[in-house]
Amino acid sequence: MTQVRDEWFRPSDNSADEKEAVVRPSLSYWKDAWRRLKQNKLAMLGLIFLALLAVMAIFGPIFSPHSVTTQDLPNQNQPPSATHWFGTDEAGRDVFTRTWYGARISLFVGLMAALIDFVIGIVYGGIAGYKGGKTDGIMMRIIEILYGLPYLLVVILLLVVMGPSLWTIILALTITGWVGMARIVRGQVLQVKNYEFVTASKSFGAKTPRIIRKNLIPNSMGPIIVQMTLTVPSAIFAEAFLSFLGLGIQAPFASWGVMANDALPVIITGDWWRLFFPALFISLTMFAFNVLGDGLQDALDPKMRK
Amino acid sequence: MGKYIFKRFLMMLVTIFIIATLTFFLMHAVPGSPLESDRNTNETVQANLERFYKLDQPLHIQYLSYMQSIVTFDFGPSIKDPNRTVNELLARGFPISFELGIITILVAVVSGIILGTMAALRHNKMIDYAAMAFAVIGISIPNFVLATVLIQQLAVNWNLFPPATWTSPMHMVLPVLALATGPMAIIARLTRSSMLEVLTQDYIKMARAKGIKPMRIVLRHALRNALMPVVTIMGTLLAGILTGTFVIEKIFAIPGMGKYFVDSINNRDYPVIMGTTVFYSAFLIFMLFLVDIVYGILDPRIKLHKKEGDV
Repeated sequence: MTQVRDEWFRPSDNSADEKEAVVRPSLSYWKDAWRRLKQNKLAMLGLIFLALLAVMAIFGPIFSPHSVTTQDLPNQNQPPSATHWFGTDEAGRDVFTRTWYGARISLFVGLMAALIDFVIGIVYGGIAGYKGGKTDGIMMRIIEILYGLPYLLVVILLLVVMGPSLWTIILALTITGWVGMARIVRGQVLQVKNYEFVTASKSFGAKTPRIIRKNLIPNSMGPIIVQMTLTVPSAIFAEAFLSFLGLGIQAPFASWGVMANDALPVIITGDWWRLFFPALFISLTMFAFNVLGDGLQDALDPKMRK
Repeated sequence: MGKYIFKRFLMMLVTIFIIATLTFFLMHAVPGSPLESDRNTNETVQANLERFYKLDQPLHIQYLSYMQSIVTFDFGPSIKDPNRTVNELLARGFPISFELGIITILVAVVSGIILGTMAALRHNKMIDYAAMAFAVIGISIPNFVLATVLIQQLAVNWNLFPPATWTSPMHMVLPVLALATGPMAIIARLTRSSMLEVLTQDYIKMARAKGIKPMRIVLRHALRNALMPVVTIMGTLLAGILTGTFVIEKIFAIPGMGKYFVDSINNRDYPVIMGTTVFYSAFLIFMLFLVDIVYGILDPRIKLHKKEGDV
């Protein structure tokens, strides 16, 4: 007969749980994606450029001794010099300062458009993909019709009616722009919702909003992020394009598109800096977003994992 | 196939109807009348003008007559320039814009496919890197920037091409170049990536094993399948080229439809805005319809699916 000992009834040693803890840092999906993105030199170059641009957009106008809007008529159309690094425009305003100010507006338009597209697209595409059946059929029919509408023509019409301003441009860009995002979200959700862990979640009694939030969206994030990265340059391009048609941000403030448009009459006379700097930054920004989007596409695709 | 085309056709009519309705109500949502101007017109003249443009009628009557004008293709006179009808403007501008658009598409598609295929065949070699560097740059530079640089360098500085207007083939080089570079870059990238994928497929190995000449494998076996994604995005590219013609025509002073469209926007000339918008949209939507049908013909899976559905 064994003796009942006291130590048998002591609370169990919890250290067993700690032993089971993963010792090596777990390589989660996001960490792995970041690791692969870091190896892509071009994408990192784009990322660094965009970070620098964001810093300059925020602090550039503050540090510059020149104001964005103050006119200095005796010094109009001056070439780049020690005082005016990027030269001056037809009203003697400093192009250097205006370029960073333009970066604010262009980046703001691009990021806002991407963000609003993202929110609407997630909700609409998420519901359509998750509900499926008749709901999906009707919602997709609506999308098909909206998708057939000529995007920039609708934007132009809306701006003619609403009058060009920062917010009307963003509104006009997003009013039909979310459609592409909604299609991608729906496609992803359709794919992910049939995975076992979603069924498991359902069998535990998780409600629809929770499943969408916790299971579907995190697992379909890859293509969605890529789409967002590519929405930003296309919105920046659209804004510049609209400025070119005279439907951009109104003077005295300026986006890059407005600055490039204002420079057109003087380009023939050889005042190259007026067009060069805004055009350079439009192109570099679109380039940076494009290579970053490409890099993210490869990094976030689990199939590309080595 | 017939059912598929019919369904697409109905869809096209609905889309055109929606854009026409949208255009009408947006234009009428603007406060004030398009006839208001700085000039002092007396009330009788004003009333007569309103009657002439049917602006004195209730909204639903105006809407019906507007729809009628679309169906009969008669958009009435311009407001800013009453001696001209919208139809005249369309008839004068459209052939030029169409020419610019068609040449651009041909240049973009042909050179894009050649560039993309060459890059894929020399994967990770100099040609590949050069072609892709060119493609990324082509995508990043907006067409209006490219247009201005081309004028500045090739026309003004080096005097190689005329800087503006649309009168001879030499005049067409710069606008087409400015407009085609972006779509060409997109097509080149797309062709390259899908070509790379197709070239690893078993049936290509099979064709090689059979001893078919490499050139023939690329042209007959690989390219055909590799071009499917290109057909898919043709609709988007067409829309891009079409709207691109607005700024290109403005920069190069080409008297196409884009010029009237941009002018009408700046003048708030509503009949011209409505007429050109509806015309542009209908044209674009019709092109998308054609692209869809071509895709349906090229992609055997769509046909297969329909046959299964029919049985």
